[in-house]
Amino acid sequence: MGVLVGKDTRLVVSGITGREGSFHALNNRKYGTNVVAGVTPGKGGQDVEGIPVFNTIADSVKEAGANTSMLFVPPRFAVDAIYEAADSGVEVIICITEGIPAHDMLLAYHYVKEKGVRLVGPNCPGVCTVGEANVGIMPAHIFTPGSVGLVSRSGTLTYQLGKELSDMGIGQSTILGIGGDPIIGTNHRDALALFEADPATDMIVMVGEIGGNEEELAAEFIKDHVTKPVIGYIAGLTAPEGKAMGHAGAIISGNSGTAQSKVDALTEAGVKVGENPTAVARLVAEARGVAVPA
Amino acid sequence: MDLYEHQGKELFARHGVNVSAGKVAYTPEEAEQAAKELGGQVVVKAQVLMGGRGKAGGIKLANDPAEAKAKAEDIIGLDIKGHVVRRLWIEDASDIDREYYFSINFDRTAKMPLLMLSTEGGMDIEEVAEKTPEKLATMHVDPVWGLRAFEARQLAFQANIDADVRNKVVAMMLQLYDAFVKEDAMLVEVNPLLITPDGEVKALDSKFSVDDNALFRHPYIAEMRDVQAQDPQEQMAHEKGVTYVKLDGEVGILGNGAGLVMSTLDVIQQAGGRPANFLDVGGGATAEEIVASLEIILSDDKVRSIFFNIFGGITRCTEVAQGIITALEQLDVQVPIVVRLDGTASEEGLKMLADANLSNVTVADTMLGAAAEAVALASGTTATV
Repeated sequence: MGVLVGKDTRLVVSGITGREGSFHALNNRKYGTNVVAGVTPGKGGQDVEGIPVFNTIADSVKEAGANTSMLFVPPRFAVDAIYEAADSGVEVIICITEGIPAHDMLLAYHYVKEKGVRLVGPNCPGVCTVGEANVGIMPAHIFTPGSVGLVSRSGTLTYQLGKELSDMGIGQSTILGIGGDPIIGTNHRDALALFEADPATDMIVMVGEIGGNEEELAAEFIKDHVTKPVIGYIAGLTAPEGKAMGHAGAIISGNSGTAQSKVDALTEAGVKVGENPTAVARLVAEARGVAVPA
Repeated sequence: MDLYEHQGKELFARHGVNVSAGKVAYTPEEAEQAAKELGGQVVVKAQVLMGGRGKAGGIKLANDPAEAKAKAEDIIGLDIKGHVVRRLWIEDASDIDREYYFSINFDRTAKMPLLMLSTEGGMDIEEVAEKTPEKLATMHVDPVWGLRAFEARQLAFQANIDADVRNKVVAMMLQLYDAFVKEDAMLVEVNPLLITPDGEVKALDSKFSVDDNALFRHPYIAEMRDVQAQDPQEQMAHEKGVTYVKLDGEVGILGNGAGLVMSTLDVIQQAGGRPANFLDVGGGATAEEIVASLEIILSDDKVRSIFFNIFGGITRCTEVAQGIITALEQLDVQVPIVVRLDGTASEEGLKMLADANLSNVTVADTMLGAAAEAVALASGTTATV
């Protein structure tokens, strides 16, 4: 179980003949993910270490039974790949590509939504249901199977949290990297709803960061819709105002989007918030009655 | 990427938006010449990427070229909230009858452009929103359809735009929406949107911010970047393709991934230190990028120790280790470095560092442990200076 990806995932990888695409497709397969196809226009009929390559995503759905699409396509072509995937019949699209223009994503977002397809990303590290399927670029060997769901905008920070939990002997159900771009297909609230509905998840760790108001909205959502315990973390407590910190999302202006306003909103919603990744893992351990190492 | 007023206006004009004629000047003499060519009264306006220019004395009226030169002398070099004025925009003076406000925001939560229109222009719009919210009309636009004339008209009625200029304001909103979409803007703001006594409608100021990810299709805008106004380290980082933000502490930070680097700044502060910078080498960093990044961090002479916080995913820790080893061979590194490597190829990376036997490199197991070590080393070095 877990959310979005798992034993039933039949993955098609767009951009599989590229250097990064092939590396991560094979890495995902090695983890146990059922990689059924790759797509590179014009290279249909070839294969990448036994994975058949198709010209279109629709072909891979028809002929290889793909139900989940991972996009490893350069930014200038990635938005077209999102449209193609949404149109192909897959149920889940995971877009790893970083650097897609925001206006392009604005239009693609509404298209995907209308099609009723789930989009994760863009600019995300992917999704890993521990022990079942890893779709994306996460170093999944640091995760251990368990029942804590983890959602985060940031890749490496997600790994950090996953490792801190693993180090304390706390396993995870699904690690969900939602991405740091201004327009993403799945936000914190969507992720919380998925984990709330997942029988394999009994606790949620939500990692946010400065900028925007998603974490505040997530706090509202937790109050009304989430019964499972949530532990929070907000990166950027000490970030200066008005400076972009890498992620397009991570910029503070005035009082909105500050780490403190997010921490306050979460605390008010009954979420315990740790001040750093180690502190978060300790809060999770305490909440689960796991002995905390000194 | 934020644009100067005159650059924004240049883009406005390309989309038919009415703006005053003007010229850029870098010296008082150029300002004088510009005023001569424009003729009549001019306004000398500081070009900085910061609001509140008027209050700071950065906008002055001049009746003739000699006066324009004198005002330019006053304004050039002025420090407006940390931004030193190096560039001026000299434009035809406008007669002011009424001042409106209009903006288009990229609303990431609603996933739609958000229009805001008000008759209360020329002042801080956040104040209007707070004190007289009924005077700020707002509307979301379906990005698939774009802004249609009837919607702009509805917004104008909602904002109580005066009847004599309503059609002209509607036309300008449509032009600005066109600019917003076609130039890949994240923000377009006109404050004030000016009405002259004879009913002319004009964008008297411009705030224009363009999506960095879309600059590849706007080479013309990409060239507008004012590299001289950038901090030299930030400029170097931009050239090397890493994200660097200068801060004012003493612990240099190098990490991969924006979230992890922000978290690293936090743990440094929690350990009692102050970060000197934010530096994100991004995903899949190569040894060369590590060397360049270290060079950028070291060009800040306040740095007393450096904390490498790497969690390998797409980045391989062996590349990072090789970068550190190469950097220490090539650069004269005096400050101690604390390294924490985890994730992809971390064991091999750590072994490379151990084999290289580097005297000023300490390896730490955990992020918190490494932070404490880096802070201790920074204060230790400071004490001996």
